[in-house]
Amino acid sequence: MQQYWRSNLRIVAVLMAIWFVVAFCISIFFIQPLNSFTIGKLGLGFWFAQQGSIFVFVLLVLAYALLMDRLDRKYDVNE
Amino acid sequence: MQYLDPSLLAAADPARPWTWSFVALTFAIYLYIGWRSRVKDSKGFYVAGQGVPAIANGAATAADWMSAASFIGMAGLISFTGSDGAVYLMGWTGGYVLLALLLAPYLRKFGHYTVPDFIAARYYSETARVVAAICAIFVSITYVAGQMKGVGIVFSRFLEVPLEIGVVIGMLIVGFFAVLGGMKGITWTQVVQYFILILAFMIPSVAISGILTDSSIPQIGFASSDISEKLNDVLVDLGEKEYTQPFNSFTQLNVFCITAALMFGTAGLPHVIVRFYTVKDVRAARYSAVWAIIFIAILYTTAPALGMFARYNLIKSMHNARIENITIQNGGQTIVCANAEQAENDRQRLADEGKSVTPIYNLVSSEGEPLSWATQWQLTGLLKFDDWNRDGSISLKVMDTSDTDGNAVRKSELAKIDKDIIVLSTPEVAGLPPWVIALVAAGGLAAALSTAAGLLLVISSSLAHDLFVRFVTPNATEPQKLLIGRIAIIFGILVAGYFGINPPGFVGEVVAFAFGLAAASFFPAIFLGIFYKRANRAGAVTGMIVGLAFTLTYIVMATSHKVLPMFYDAPMLSPENYFLAGWFGMEQGISPQGIGTIGMLLNFVVTITISLLTPPPPQEVLDLVESVRVPKGSGEAVSH
Repeated sequence: MQQYWRSNLRIVAVLMAIWFVVAFCISIFFIQPLNSFTIGKLGLGFWFAQQGSIFVFVLLVLAYALLMDRLDRKYDVNE
Repeated sequence: MQYLDPSLLAAADPARPWTWSFVALTFAIYLYIGWRSRVKDSKGFYVAGQGVPAIANGAATAADWMSAASFIGMAGLISFTGSDGAVYLMGWTGGYVLLALLLAPYLRKFGHYTVPDFIAARYYSETARVVAAICAIFVSITYVAGQMKGVGIVFSRFLEVPLEIGVVIGMLIVGFFAVLGGMKGITWTQVVQYFILILAFMIPSVAISGILTDSSIPQIGFASSDISEKLNDVLVDLGEKEYTQPFNSFTQLNVFCITAALMFGTAGLPHVIVRFYTVKDVRAARYSAVWAIIFIAILYTTAPALGMFARYNLIKSMHNARIENITIQNGGQTIVCANAEQAENDRQRLADEGKSVTPIYNLVSSEGEPLSWATQWQLTGLLKFDDWNRDGSISLKVMDTSDTDGNAVRKSELAKIDKDIIVLSTPEVAGLPPWVIALVAAGGLAAALSTAAGLLLVISSSLAHDLFVRFVTPNATEPQKLLIGRIAIIFGILVAGYFGINPPGFVGEVVAFAFGLAAASFFPAIFLGIFYKRANRAGAVTGMIVGLAFTLTYIVMATSHKVLPMFYDAPMLSPENYFLAGWFGMEQGISPQGIGTIGMLLNFVVTITISLLTPPPPQEVLDLVESVRVPKGSGEAVSH
């Protein structure tokens, strides 16, 4: 069970790291330099702050559900 | 000057019959579902443990959580905050990731209890329960206040009554639904409400995107079209800042703090967490989070596009609009004035007689379209014009002038525009058919009602179940408990209604305060409860009290002139004295919307420090923590 919990923590840590980079680094701290790149007619930083980050959040929650499914099966803790 | 029969002016709103029909129809559906699930319940059809399917629970969670702030408030706020509007978008969706990954599955495993129940069990203390219940009440009342103002605006616009009366009508209806819907089966009502609100949001957005851009999909039109460039140019011409330029509305520090406060607050909202107890098991809790964020993302990726399109349309239609005439309602009489000069003289004359009146501008756009929506919105008092340069047209250009005391000011002739009217007025501004306008009104009400119902249940369960029954009348009978619950709901509505009429900010901002309070009180206690075994009673109780007290005090002090207008003319804490202002050479400190982040950090520091200084939790609590970390054996679901 200790091992299950540790694998769980590792999955959460990786996904939260992506969350932090997208939400804070790309969309807030470095939004100005990133705005010199464009996606369509919008600055990349602006687009991430108002659109891209939300798409990434959806993928993170989905990835968590799928990865935990696999982990639960491996340790046989699912119902 | 001529006198007109007022009935000639009142018949101007083509959307009204549609609005009445849509609102009546949707309310009938909610009532029917509520009534049906009650009948089912009493016959015992609702077998405990059956649970709600993950996709339905996802839609219900999305409706529960997307409130009047998401529907009515957010796109309008973004419209006027530009790039920095991302705080609301990322704050409310990014917090969902925290909720799904860090809290929901474990709380589901813990079982069928409220948030104060978890805190009481994890921190083996009735004191912790009381503190958590009080936090839940503060968070929920602040949140309901935002809904009340939203409902009030919808009623005020479509019944043509002042905002205050709109809020009172909203209080009556929300109260009625909360007392009635305060039973099981609320989930299915919320599923229906989700589909109404998402349709109501998407139909006008798709239509406007199709008109303004090459793509009917707002998310694509947003990035691919040249609207962003055009809007930037128009705004610069008008003497304002570029729309896509970051940190115009908030400093970078505040963008960070507000985003974080909204994120951690989302994860700590009691009425959203409760939703995850209704699913079958831990796995279903994870998948219902997936569905919920997909449903939420549909609206949240559309809102920034709608905000940008709406701002562009609004400027296009109002800028350089010609004044057809100006009307003043004086009792039953309508005075029609030809220009602003006359209107001001009449206003002055009536003011001398002790009558306070507002001149209503009837405008025709520069392209010759009559702006009847602008007339309608002026009647609510949320939109005002002032042709102060007396040139017979409305200019949105920011110009130099002087106020009545002779001080130099810079302003346009748009004297007031409440950001909360943007979404509701967007279909009218874009000239969409009246039924779309009506659908948006019904959608706004669906968003506000679904959230208010969930919140009022939290208020009533915290007051009645966690506080009153436990400490005041432990021997209360079942009917007495129900009565206490109902009184608690009425109390919650009255307080929320008061703040709906005297709001400390726009709908989105008021709701942001609720999230700040949740972030500062609940998030650390629940998070550490799961991930940090050493966290104990003394630490958590002190941490929650410090976090809540600090954040609440700061918000009340910074908005004292708005929440307590009878005592304060100016805020006790003015912006130049905000926390961190002047430190490290920063011009602006942390705004009350972002202070929850600091409150949360304080809570973390206090909880961990005091936990380490006092004895560790007993063995049975450590066992409890071990058990929530493993999905197996999550027990039966409860229906809400």
